[in-house]
Amino acid sequence: MCTLEKRGDLFHLTLTGDDEHRFHPDTIASVLSLLEQAKSQSTKGSVLITTGHGKFFSNGFDLAWAQSAGHGAIERMHQMVKSFKPVLAALLDLPMPTIAALNGHAAASGLMFALSHDYVFMRKDRGVLYMSEVDIGLPVPDYFSALVVAKVGSGIARRELLLSGKKLKGEDAVALGIVDSAAHDSAEGVVEATVSLGESLAAKKWNGEVYASIRRSLYPELCRMLELTANNLATHNH
Amino acid sequence: MCSLEKRGRLFILKLTGDGEHRLNPTLLDSLRSTINQIRSDQSSSQSVLITTSDGKFFSNGYDLALAETNPSLSVLMDSKLRSLVADLISLPMPTIAAVTGHASAAGCILAMSHDYVLMRRDRGFLYMSELDIELKVPAWFMALIRVKIGSPAARRDVMLTAAKVTADVGVKMGIVDSAYGSAAETVEAAVKLGEEIIQRGGDGHVYGMMRETLLREVLVHTIGEDESGSSVVRNTGSKL
Repeated sequence: MCTLEKRGDLFHLTLTGDDEHRFHPDTIASVLSLLEQAKSQSTKGSVLITTGHGKFFSNGFDLAWAQSAGHGAIERMHQMVKSFKPVLAALLDLPMPTIAALNGHAAASGLMFALSHDYVFMRKDRGVLYMSEVDIGLPVPDYFSALVVAKVGSGIARRELLLSGKKLKGEDAVALGIVDSAAHDSAEGVVEATVSLGESLAAKKWNGEVYASIRRSLYPELCRMLELTANNLATHNH
Repeated sequence: MCSLEKRGRLFILKLTGDGEHRLNPTLLDSLRSTINQIRSDQSSSQSVLITTSDGKFFSNGYDLALAETNPSLSVLMDSKLRSLVADLISLPMPTIAAVTGHASAAGCILAMSHDYVLMRRDRGFLYMSELDIELKVPAWFMALIRVKIGSPAARRDVMLTAAKVTADVGVKMGIVDSAYGSAAETVEAAVKLGEEIIQRGGDGHVYGMMRETLLREVLVHTIGEDESGSSVVRNTGSKL
């Protein structure tokens, strides 16, 4: 499902397997637990790189699982939306720089997961960003919109992402200021580039708590929605 | 400490001497009283302020060495800078920072508190150094950063990589308005811009009020003291 590996200063979080890496209560719990693990093992100079195997980074929530409950579908959707919030909160609060290396498509909550990282690298040759909600008639949770507003500056870019139903390729996403890079062909190329960035950030040996505190202060409205206020932050010993 | 020159309708405020122009209580008091002097000048509603400096530094931030000897001085310096920035934000005239040297942390905030930032490209950088030196960033600094730097990626680069932003990079990031070949050229350009603005006319008082509205989020932080230093934005209940 997902693994966490430490190589030098870099933590590698990988969504394993050749499937769509849909977020389901079990995957959500797994990812959350691995992020907590990374946090507890963090030291000065730690960096997180998140990537996936196969065609998808993540294709969003497990809608099939929700629908299989028949009348209980809406309840299951609510449960996933609610339980996913702490994942984004954990990323916003992580005491180290975070980089998403998109091996493939990122849609809906999968895209939100990507955007919650400090840096997002896409492939040039493959993979799209897609906020599918407008096409499938699903409302977008308020904290998703808050994340888009926090990370994407231009009104036009926000519209393209949230309202157009467009599948944005790497080039487009860079032009719109949604991702940092789409310069590499192949998943390996992207990972290599993110490792390179990761190593240069790690070399700064920044204090993770200071880093996380400054990061949170960049996105006050989003943090408020993710219930990440100064009061309920877990303090951490390194 | 600082000098004030009047050139026609231009006020030129200069941080004098060859040092780092660290924002210690004395310099901050001096700057504040000079700004008050400018404000009470009869012609102020049809003027422009240019702030610049001598030497290698615009300002290298708070006097941290001083703060180490007496921690209460940190609070005092922050409080004085807040008041100075609040004064700049309400000043009834356009303001231009002619950045002729390094501007770090609080010094960078001072530069960015001006309406226009003109900078030399041959030397010097804007540097929010706090991440590198493990210093807490006051919530009101972040409010100014959020208002003045439009691109989320640029904000991230400035705050989360502690980027040393040279003038040309600053222009690309949308932090610096324009870049020039030398300190002298930068000041000259600021004077020229100031004169063009004055030619345009307009009421400085209205200008000042409009600027306050634009920078409302910063004023909320500068006027109300937030002792906890938390970065939680106070919800004033009104939405612009």
